Amino acid sequence: MLVVAKDLLRLATIGSVDDGKSTLIGRLLVDTRQLFDDQLDAVAAASEKRGVGDLDLSFVTDGLRAEREQGITIDVAYRYATTPTRKFIIADCPGHVQYTGNMATGASTADLALVVLDVASGLKEQTRRHLCIAALLGVRSIIVAVNKMDAVDWSQTAFQRVVDEIQTLSRQLGFQKVHIIPVSALLGDNVVESSSNLPWYEGPSVLQALEASEAGAWEHTNTQGARLPIQWVLRQPGGGRTYAGMVCGDTLHVGDRVTLLPANIETTITGLNFGGAAIDEATVGLAADVALAAETNAGRGDMIVTSPLPQVANEIHTTICWFGERPLHVGQRLRMKHTTKVTPVRVKTINGVIDIEKLDVDESTSLSTNEIGLATLNTADLMVVDDYRSNRVTGSFVLIDEATNATVAAGMVGRASFL
Amino acid sequence: MTTTPLRPPHTTDHLDLLESHAIFILREVVAECERPVLLFSGGKDSAVLLHLAVKAFTPQQLPFPVMHIDTGQNFPEVLAFRDATVVAIDARLVVAKVQDTIDQGKVVDPGLLGSRNRLQTVTLLDAINENNFDAAFGGARRDEDKARAKERILSFRDTFGQWDPRQQRPELWQLYQGKVNPGEHVRAFPLSDWTELDIWQYIEREQMALPTIYFAHERDVVQRDGMWLAVGPFVEPREDEPVERLSVRFRTVGDANCTGAVLSGADTLEAIIDEITLANVSERGATRADDKFSETAMEDRKREGYF
Repeated sequence: MLVVAKDLLRLATIGSVDDGKSTLIGRLLVDTRQLFDDQLDAVAAASEKRGVGDLDLSFVTDGLRAEREQGITIDVAYRYATTPTRKFIIADCPGHVQYTGNMATGASTADLALVVLDVASGLKEQTRRHLCIAALLGVRSIIVAVNKMDAVDWSQTAFQRVVDEIQTLSRQLGFQKVHIIPVSALLGDNVVESSSNLPWYEGPSVLQALEASEAGAWEHTNTQGARLPIQWVLRQPGGGRTYAGMVCGDTLHVGDRVTLLPANIETTITGLNFGGAAIDEATVGLAADVALAAETNAGRGDMIVTSPLPQVANEIHTTICWFGERPLHVGQRLRMKHTTKVTPVRVKTINGVIDIEKLDVDESTSLSTNEIGLATLNTADLMVVDDYRSNRVTGSFVLIDEATNATVAAGMVGRASFL
Repeated sequence: MTTTPLRPPHTTDHLDLLESHAIFILREVVAECERPVLLFSGGKDSAVLLHLAVKAFTPQQLPFPVMHIDTGQNFPEVLAFRDATVVAIDARLVVAKVQDTIDQGKVVDPGLLGSRNRLQTVTLLDAINENNFDAAFGGARRDEDKARAKERILSFRDTFGQWDPRQQRPELWQLYQGKVNPGEHVRAFPLSDWTELDIWQYIEREQMALPTIYFAHERDVVQRDGMWLAVGPFVEPREDEPVERLSVRFRTVGDANCTGAVLSGADTLEAIIDEITLANVSERGATRADDKFSETAMEDRKREGYF
């Protein structure tokens, strides 16, 4: 059998509760024959048991007992689909505001967001919130499935009203690629095959739009600088050391001039390995290890970089999605994990909260659960950071509650471009 | 579809990306946790996981032991593979036996022919406690089951070893955080995003060794509950079960008395990949009686602390 190299596209579904995200994913998987017979039988049996018809497609991803009982998605379900040239990783995210942290979990690694909304109700507050979070997280490409077209008699007028709303918001949020597609997830129109119920629509189906989208956008950065946050030091036979980590930003080559930060030591890459084998270059996403010319005491949490250099600072301006149960306030102490470094931080100032309707910043000195705001943080150690808009790895961090070890915030270095 | 997808620069194929991601997770957990362990059953997924762990830390020794939860109902070919693999990479093997848990009176012996599947959870949690492990790597994949599809890559367990699917930590970007308080632990699943086909393509690419029962061979089997079970010390044919000698292979490896064989002539990695590409029944659906108890059998076991 000839194994053809496939690329990898990660997508997340976003949108409000009950607009049909899970049903759309179920439909997509069923109609592209990604499900096995026994999995389909199990969905049918569960549907019958709960009196929701022959085949409730949302049960394909809503696998938890509580989800099936309540008919909602609580946490992200990951599903996989494959075509001859591409592997898809699909994160089906919950729509309910209570589970915004779970939605951000699914969207944080996405190349693309598949937005699902109900044509009759248009852009709900929760859909706006999700789009806002997706834009903050650096998603640049969206496919919008305007769902439940069957319930409005396939009306072009109803569709167009929603299109105008979406286009206005997409421009404000700075999405670069936007496909808006009228669909019925329930009946399958425009999900895989083009629909004869929608003769006035000439664009691609959801699957066609997905197949034409750019894979690997997540790893894409706007700077040319390569970064290797050191995870682990490997001792080599004969006494040398190599520094292991995942490459981001740009390719590293043997012979590259690099800087070790925050120590600020300039040196040269003398060797690159992957899994014990020498390689000439380490591309983005590769878990490589690097040998340096200079004798250093580099360790976990330090970073090997090429120019343009990142910032080295212990005061960082950030955008924060707060998931903690109690509000975030000035002076609060937390733990930050940024790349491979963990350090104590204190909130120096809170510089406002984002109003997701108006997309501007209101004054506030605290952040409540699921609010997004701007904050300045003081870190105990010197941190090596890029602006999130130029590098999603070295520009991102999480905040951790010191007592419970719970992850209570997603943070990004810098300020969202749409503000 | 007419448009050709754009290929961004600097990416490799999907197996390279999955491999590097798994190696990254292995290194993160080892760096952040005090006492990790890798759960190794001798099955294909844990064999791939161990192979990746060796790659992650080469040329150093594996910085953690491997542990087998031994139900006492193993296929002998799998135990032979387990022992040979551990010797080949010079790893330390911890074996925790379900029989010991039974002898201590903590669980009731289901008898020679009964399933010990669910009892393993007690043995596993005891072994994690006794060894003070704070992280356990497992080879579980999200495509295996709808409850697994919901689980984080680093999955928190409380002091009772329980998974609470409604209270999972947000897991953003590739910022895996495995910090726990004493008595708690994390399960880490570096193969979360791999599918069965990815596993086999990777095994072929790396030319890895596997237990022989994964490849088609002649064996005495009986049909029970819609599955072909191998006749042996743990499966005695009942009166109404004619013994047949057929060409079979195992698509998953669990306990000998609840893992079904599939009828197959696939005796090479290439043939297995072809077979899986065309399969219309999932790997657990085809072969695992332990998942057929109820709609949420896996979720229920996982809540208790199962793999």
